[in-house]
Amino acid sequence: MEGLSPWILFFAAIFTGNILLTYFLGMCSFLSVSKQIKTASGLGLAVIFVLTITAALNWIVYWHLLQPLGMEYLRYIVFIVVIAATVQLLEMFIERYSESLYLNLGIFLPLITVNCAILGVSLFMIIRKYTFIQSVAFGAGSGIGWFLAILAMAGIRERLNEKKIPAALHGPGIALIISGIMAMAFIGFSGMVQIQ
Amino acid sequence: MTVLILKTVFLITAINGALAVLLVIAERFFANYGECRIRINDQKELTVNGGISLLSALSSQKIFLPSACGGRGTCAYCKCQVQEGAGPLLPTEEPLLSPEEINKQVRLACQVKVKQDLSIRIPEELFAIQQFETVVEQMADLTYDIKRVRLKLIDPNAIQFKAGQYVQLVSQPYGKVRESVQRAYSIASPTYENGIVELMIRLVPEGICTTWVHEVLQEGDHVQIIGPMGDFEMHEGEGEIIMVAGGSGMAPMVSLLSDMLKDPPKRKATYFFGAVTKRDIFFLDEMAEFEKRIPNFNFVPALSDPQPDDDWDGETGLITVPLGNYLSTIKTENAQGYLCGSPGMIHACVNVMKENGISGENIFFDPFG
Repeated sequence: MEGLSPWILFFAAIFTGNILLTYFLGMCSFLSVSKQIKTASGLGLAVIFVLTITAALNWIVYWHLLQPLGMEYLRYIVFIVVIAATVQLLEMFIERYSESLYLNLGIFLPLITVNCAILGVSLFMIIRKYTFIQSVAFGAGSGIGWFLAILAMAGIRERLNEKKIPAALHGPGIALIISGIMAMAFIGFSGMVQIQ
Repeated sequence: MTVLILKTVFLITAINGALAVLLVIAERFFANYGECRIRINDQKELTVNGGISLLSALSSQKIFLPSACGGRGTCAYCKCQVQEGAGPLLPTEEPLLSPEEINKQVRLACQVKVKQDLSIRIPEELFAIQQFETVVEQMADLTYDIKRVRLKLIDPNAIQFKAGQYVQLVSQPYGKVRESVQRAYSIASPTYENGIVELMIRLVPEGICTTWVHEVLQEGDHVQIIGPMGDFEMHEGEGEIIMVAGGSGMAPMVSLLSDMLKDPPKRKATYFFGAVTKRDIFFLDEMAEFEKRIPNFNFVPALSDPQPDDDWDGETGLITVPLGNYLSTIKTENAQGYLCGSPGMIHACVNVMKENGISGENIFFDPFG
């Protein structure tokens, strides 16, 4: 993956290889926190934030600690621990220095520890052997892709509140159908760049 | 193989340890807000260590705001006016505050974190709230699920309160419950017996504090209470007094009645007590005694589902039925309603009172969840 420009990776992660709509990672918070645009964008911002930072940290931990020691098999545990600690640290940092950001992200930050999109991105960048810059670009792009997807979903669901839906489809039912259609729509981007 | 396991264990421990140390250092650094000053009512000034909630900062200085949920931001009892230094309103507070309260800068003390100097206003009576060290003098079953607990005050050894007020009982960790919680219970003892506090505690399924009282607490045990709190009390007036209670809602009524015994009111008083079957009803002898000794006082118990072997010849049906029937026969113009019980019961009875002409400002109640 040496030759791939970070910019291409960045845009590819947003559109063609959207972490949520192509890989179906981070589904549970996507379905449960997408009822309102305000909360959805709060969670989305927090995901961008944490994804970018943990991609960088986990890259360093993997290539400079686990690999030299020949203990790559520990990556699942180590990545999760690093993500959890990062989230804790960020929460403290934001609470101290940015009251307004803390108010917007505050309650979502702890939720993110268990968002599988975060772990997924860290694992993908290892499997695909991205460089550091590529990994950060991939992390940020994936975060923005996830943000766009949940924002679109929240917008649609807010509009749906005013519409008549069959009783059996209320809540998760209609949300799953919408995400399926959204995923199909995103296939339209797949001609642009293909990353694997 | 052994080397591999050792290496794995070592690496995981090292990484976790390093991250934990990092977090502890970060907490020292970021979450350390140093000493903060809290000005109360522009008179008192306290110095506390920042980084904790306003509620715990105040209680560490022996100022106890009411709190029934233990600082989880659900009961909204710890409301207080914060004039300076609280920061913006939190999403956890918003649903529990009315627009007027938000305008008046009312906040939930359990959610506001002390990060800088604060200036707050709290009612003067709260300074009277103290923590009491007590010993359980007597425990008795009132019904199959309500216990009467008599606490002897040790330090301080006397309490001044108004009939109808409540105290918070501090539970101790037991069994699988590792935390200590505080729950509010009305005082059932008379105001003139200031060396003891009597509570009536109904076992709530899965309730942390009530299970502790019913299954762990023994006579002779030491417990802490904080109080007195609450504004449920007898008000001056001309019209008839209508009291309604169910279950352990009996407690504040007994205290109110004991006050009436000392200083009998000139007006008529009627007390409606609702229960399901006969095994839910208690204090019948005591009520008969009150009826005998307080002029113009009547006690009306009602069972909503009397069993065949209950041998019940009193009122039947939900308490709203005898209450409505009675109210339609009297002059309700200046009558006052006093209610204590579950929110559902209170809501239904308040509606019946209003339909029969008792004005909302003459209805006083103390709901418990």
